[in-house]
Amino acid sequence: MKVLVPVKRVIDYNVKVRVKADGTGVDLANVKMSMNPFDEIAVEQAIRMKEAGTVEEIVAVSIGVKQAQETLRTALAMGADRAILVVASEDVNTDIEPLAVAKILKAVVDEEAPGLVICGKQAIDNDMNATGQMLSALLGWSQATFASEVAVEGDSAIVTREVDGGLQTIKVKMPAIISVDLRLNEPRYASLPNIMKAKKKPMDEKTPADYGVDVTPRLEILSTVEPATRAAGVMVGSVEELVTKLKDEAGVI
Amino acid sequence: MAVLLFAEVTNGELAWDATSKAMTAAKMMGDVTVLCAGAQASAAAAEAAKLEGATKVLCAEDASLGHRLAEPTAALIVSLAGDYSHIVAPATTDAKNVLPRVAALLDAMVITDVSGVVDADTFERPIYAGNAIQTVKSKDAVKVVSIRTSTFDAAADTGSAPVETISAADNPALSEWVEDKVQETDRPELTSAKIVVSGGRGVGSEENFELIESLADKLGAAVGASRAAVDSGYAPNDWQVGQTGKVVAPDLYVAIGISGAIQHLAGMKDSKVIVAINKDEEAPIFQVADYGLVGDLFDAVPKLKEALG
Ligand SMILES: Cc1cc2nc3c(=O)[nH]c(=O)nc-3n(C[C@H](O)[C@H](O)[C@H](O)COP(=O)(O)OP(=O)(O)OC[C@H]3O[C@@H](n4cnc5c(N)ncnc54)[C@H](O)[C@@H]3O)c2cc1C
Ligand SMILES: Nc1ncnc2c1ncn2[C@@H]1O[C@H](COP(=O)(O)O)[C@@H](O)[C@H]1O
Repeated sequence: MKVLVPVKRVIDYNVKVRVKADGTGVDLANVKMSMNPFDEIAVEQAIRMKEAGTVEEIVAVSIGVKQAQETLRTALAMGADRAILVVASEDVNTDIEPLAVAKILKAVVDEEAPGLVICGKQAIDNDMNATGQMLSALLGWSQATFASEVAVEGDSAIVTREVDGGLQTIKVKMPAIISVDLRLNEPRYASLPNIMKAKKKPMDEKTPADYGVDVTPRLEILSTVEPATRAAGVMVGSVEELVTKLKDEAGVI
Repeated sequence: MAVLLFAEVTNGELAWDATSKAMTAAKMMGDVTVLCAGAQASAAAAEAAKLEGATKVLCAEDASLGHRLAEPTAALIVSLAGDYSHIVAPATTDAKNVLPRVAALLDAMVITDVSGVVDADTFERPIYAGNAIQTVKSKDAVKVVSIRTSTFDAAADTGSAPVETISAADNPALSEWVEDKVQETDRPELTSAKIVVSGGRGVGSEENFELIESLADKLGAAVGASRAAVDSGYAPNDWQVGQTGKVVAPDLYVAIGISGAIQHLAGMKDSKVIVAINKDEEAPIFQVADYGLVGDLFDAVPKLKEALG
């Protein structure tokens, strides 16, 4: 079976996000960018399935600016076999919306015919949590989102999902879309020899036009501002003082 | 403008808190019809009829809708979509699973986790773990929107809308439910509790987490956790508060042995009063705390329990 893993280049999760003063967005010039943390988990899942013999080939796909090739190289260094870069924007500040990403991924799936697509549950920049579900809809495939356990049995996948009430296990017909949650696995680091090897692995470059997809956004961004800041608090010296403040000053207990 | 509000129905019961808060947001977009779907949904529909602002309740009962599997549920919503300009739901894991699927089937972009309704086309939503608030205007014919319930007040229960029974759409039969692992608890629900007591990695073990739980019980609070506490097995996954867990905004949030990573703050920084107990005075959690106590939690928490009587 072939597995497709969409990986997004996002601001590194450790970077302190700065909102531009003119309200046009977040400052992304010269900040550290990395693979979306959930996508590392998706790549790791695919590699483990390959190591277990369920998967033959792992294809990583990224849609965005040209620099997303670094993210794809990371996926290749972790263990993906081949990569497809879809250059959809010249400007690092343009985020391609999940609907457009899903349409491009659908076209890639039509060409590649994977048995599974494993993506992240959420991109930590736009926090949309939408692409996997949208792709699944466009393909008419089953979906298993927020996965914390995945097992393949014949032509089905048994997936345990992290939901508000706890855990839910479902059985989905393959081909399927699985979106992964944080506790599925701990992704490996790429070793230096594998980073070197990854440089020789194939990477195709495409554009949305190659797939006949229009990436014009449906949501017009009117402004991006900093959230309201909280008023400074106080330090208390003892538990007694804390209880008194909570009772008399804050009135919350 | 006609709005379809997809109610949160779990095992036949209406989740009043989530649905009523989403109702408050939905009302700002137009006249609201509420959809209750499930293997059993009539009791939920009768409850939903009391939602102030509901003009009608649709009740779809069918075995295929029993566990809110994404494919049959999305098919049902899409079959109704033609009558509505907006499809809205509270941003629960169920709705996050279903709504993007609905949106893609309608060739619309989904707008998730909306924290403010500017007008019927324009919405505010947090991005980058709540480090920025974006205002977006939708150009789609139908707006598919999930609502961050922690920022809206509940609608009143004084309504009396008529209930209409409808049938399910064809089940694509792509997935089956296997089992649920749900923890039974007498504690209030995390997302609607007035007080939340959360523990982090500093708590150190699953056994020690009972200290956090007993403090919560003393306060009649829900229990939350940081990702590190959940990953380490101290607490179940559904207690995680944060960017990728639950978003809470109680009157009082007590963070114990939690450092205050932005991903955690994303889920609790809109709480009215924040208390932090941490042995490291440099911990970033103190920057958002109204009351900070520097100290060992194993000393402070028992004392706190005692002081509460
Ligand atoms: C993609 C992504 C998503 C994430 N989503 C979330 C999320 O939704 N929610 C979330 O919480 N995190 C999330 N995280 C993780 C987050 O970045 C932090 O790693 C996590 O919040 C840290 O948890 P913590 O504060 O419990 O642990 P630590 O950062 O290890 O802090 C432990 C604290 O306990 C204190 N302490 C230790 N012992 C004691 C003692 N005896 N008494 C008092 N204090 C003590 C220490 O001083 C320290 O400040 C996410 C991370 C990523 C990459
Ligand atoms: N531009 C992109 N390129 C590749 N994969 C993406 C892109 N955007 C989203 N994805 C995938 O979809 C998941 C969910 O993203 P989102 O719906 O934007 O929160 C991510 O974790 C990725 O796996």
